Amino acid sequence: MNLAVDPARAAAAGTPLPGSLRVNRRLSQWLKFHREGYVEVFSGKVEIGQGILTALKQIVAEELDVSLAKVRMSPACTAVSPDEAVTSGSRSIEESGTALHHACAEARAIYLSAAAERLGVPVASLSVVDGNIVASGGARTSYWELADDRLLDREATGEIAPKPAEAQHVVGMSVPRLDLPDKVFGVPCFIHDFELKGMVHGRMLRPPSAGATLQSVDETAARAVPGVIDIVRDGSLIGLLAESEAAAEAALSKLSARWSETPILPDENALGAWLRAQEVETSFVAGNAPSARPPVARTVKASYSRPYLAHASIGPSCALAQWHGSKLHVWTHSQGIFNLRRDLMLALHASEVVVEHVQGAGCYGHNGADDVAFDAAWLARAAAGRPVRVQWSRADELAWAPFGPAMAIDLEADLAADGAIVGWRHTLWSNGHTSRPGRADSPALLGAWHLAKPFERKTAINPPLAGGGGAERNAVPIYALPAWQMINHHVLEMPLRASALRSLGAYANVFAVESFIDELAIAAGESPVGFRLRHLADRRARAVIERAAIVAGWNQWARREGAGHGLGFARYKNAGAYCAVIAEIEADAEVRVRRLTIAVDAGRVINPDGVANQIEGGAIQATSWTLKEAVRFDRSRVVSDSWEAYPILRFSEVPAVQVEIVPRPDCGSVGVGEAAQGPTAAAIANALFDALGVRVRSLPLTAERIRAAISSAP
Amino acid sequence: MNQGKARRFTLQVNGREHTLSADENSSLLDVLRNTLKLKGTRFGCGDEQCGACFVLVDGRAVPSCTLPLGSAVDKVITTVEGLGSSDSPHALQQAFLAEQAAQCGYCTSGMLVSAAALLKRTPRPSEAEVKQALDRNLCRCGSHNRIVRAVLRAAAAA
Repeated sequence: MNLAVDPARAAAAGTPLPGSLRVNRRLSQWLKFHREGYVEVFSGKVEIGQGILTALKQIVAEELDVSLAKVRMSPACTAVSPDEAVTSGSRSIEESGTALHHACAEARAIYLSAAAERLGVPVASLSVVDGNIVASGGARTSYWELADDRLLDREATGEIAPKPAEAQHVVGMSVPRLDLPDKVFGVPCFIHDFELKGMVHGRMLRPPSAGATLQSVDETAARAVPGVIDIVRDGSLIGLLAESEAAAEAALSKLSARWSETPILPDENALGAWLRAQEVETSFVAGNAPSARPPVARTVKASYSRPYLAHASIGPSCALAQWHGSKLHVWTHSQGIFNLRRDLMLALHASEVVVEHVQGAGCYGHNGADDVAFDAAWLARAAAGRPVRVQWSRADELAWAPFGPAMAIDLEADLAADGAIVGWRHTLWSNGHTSRPGRADSPALLGAWHLAKPFERKTAINPPLAGGGGAERNAVPIYALPAWQMINHHVLEMPLRASALRSLGAYANVFAVESFIDELAIAAGESPVGFRLRHLADRRARAVIERAAIVAGWNQWARREGAGHGLGFARYKNAGAYCAVIAEIEADAEVRVRRLTIAVDAGRVINPDGVANQIEGGAIQATSWTLKEAVRFDRSRVVSDSWEAYPILRFSEVPAVQVEIVPRPDCGSVGVGEAAQGPTAAAIANALFDALGVRVRSLPLTAERIRAAISSAP
Repeated sequence: MNQGKARRFTLQVNGREHTLSADENSSLLDVLRNTLKLKGTRFGCGDEQCGACFVLVDGRAVPSCTLPLGSAVDKVITTVEGLGSSDSPHALQQAFLAEQAAQCGYCTSGMLVSAAALLKRTPRPSEAEVKQALDRNLCRCGSHNRIVRAVLRAAAAA
């Protein structure tokens, strides 16, 4: 067979392959042509409202030369999908998108070779039109006619280049989201809507606080509720099963438990001091320019902080589970189905676990999705083979899902006589930023920690700095500085459960760094735009700042009482998307953000409207975090367990947002889900200073903190 | 919820009459989702604080999570499914698609219901009126501005 790809080369395993092909090397793991006239695509990344399935479909359609209608994205499932770990870190385009570019380009070449042999023509005479393979002489076949799984049952070589940017027609278009019609017409599409034959409903009774243990429970009234099947208890873990959701809710409200509580939480008003007093593991990185450092004229210091933040999904976590003997099937909106499977096997001793993804509400990081999957699987053991659906309450969602951890950050800058930064020290204290499942020898699942023989709850860790880090994400300066150091004090004690929240440490680090840069610019008597440009060598970094300044009319700003504008910039993880945000605000007792102008460089953009939507959404969510949000607690309990106690930004408070994409078709594609978080926070804080002349260094920027800053201003 | 006695109820939902036997204390949301299998109306908080479960009751957008079934009898109830379908979309549904006015889409049904109630009483709302009308609906993804544009687009198209 005249193959364009040399199978001998394909056998050279160990060759690094691009994106997620690196660990999922077989082409058949990624796509399958069907005789019925469509191509089925397997990605291990999941839709969480970010539009990834639409973007991946565009990539497949582009590389195979088929219409979007002939591409079917298969829901991620551990039984059939490539293991792409977790849908997180704004990496799906880089990992799954890159893999699909290459896998599809190679699949196309393999099928062209097969077509050439079938038709007796040279490969060079063939072109592909919507899956039809046509020879210049008129002979034709198609992917569908040639469909044969053996053709793709081989390792990728990575040697067939994807289409160059100038040849692309589908990539780069604002293709409408595939999943939105169902959501707009109310078609069942969320895991919450999913029903299985014989399904029963489960509910969990969670402890009142993290340090609580179950003393006793009176089940009498709950058991008397018609439709209740069973009440299940193991240690401090308690839940129930009922024939209907209403019966489950009614029984839950009648379940009367006595708990003993231990006040293990820190003082919510002194988190910085608490963080600094804990046992830590310290890591350190530094950089020095080879040339001699200019003399230091003075040193400036400032301290910043952020509170615990909730993911606060609009939909409560939900899962379904069913046992077939010792085999378990789970339906989940987890971001990491393979990792969840691993932890479920650890926790429940199943002989086999299949985990299937079904869409949930937006999660914004590690929320309760994995935990509720454990709850459902655990309760389902008492359901005699019937499928069990468990849905969390709003209160449990806000109080028991992991939080983005509180952070304290100290910054110091050595300044030369002309105001230039010649030395930089960034020191931070924080819990680790991920305690997701699948990464330790003990399951990272809430319920598993409450069993009579509990699994150990591990402290959160930080991903390696080389991959972006966790607490220290964006703490290594992107500015061209002659000398710098970054010290990360990893706080090990973890009274409140901490894990990944959209952008991890980058939100607070960029807030701090970009606030501090503004303070230094103002001290040097320079414009925040000019001062940043003076310290930035990276042309792409400079370009987004310049672009945002032009579009926002930075230089045309008309100063008026109670109004201010401010700039924030970062390159996410120092390796992803560049993003500059200019905030325009009004402030008196409180801050009202009126307008955000954002320039973003995400390399070659797959779907421009998708990028705009993610950046807009990220910026609005970050505005909410920055103005309003903090997890509230007393010394025992999380008390911000309702929307009243944990308010988020409403329509009347949302700023206008304009997103400008700086086109870079020749640069690699990077994700944008988390690029706007940090720059938005800093832009707002800097605008607040511009408006009122006070610097608020602790998030959120509440009326109380602004008042305190005004009264302590010199 | 306290469970009471099962009774027969007749509900007018999306132009159809449904007779069903249910507990009188059942919430309308529970009946819509679990009895009538109309899953488009979502549970968000169970406490009237987020808007995900809004339905039209006699043209007003109200939370269905706490509305007792008894109070919904003899009322005209419209859910997101009753606004329109892919074959016959409501102007708002078309506009939401045209503006790509969602990310995760969990709040979308409630947004559409609030917007439909607004356009019934104020066919040509200002931007401020749209924001006011949607202020009870929470969105966590940050799709607010697209949603406002979609509502204004639908109003302009009417």
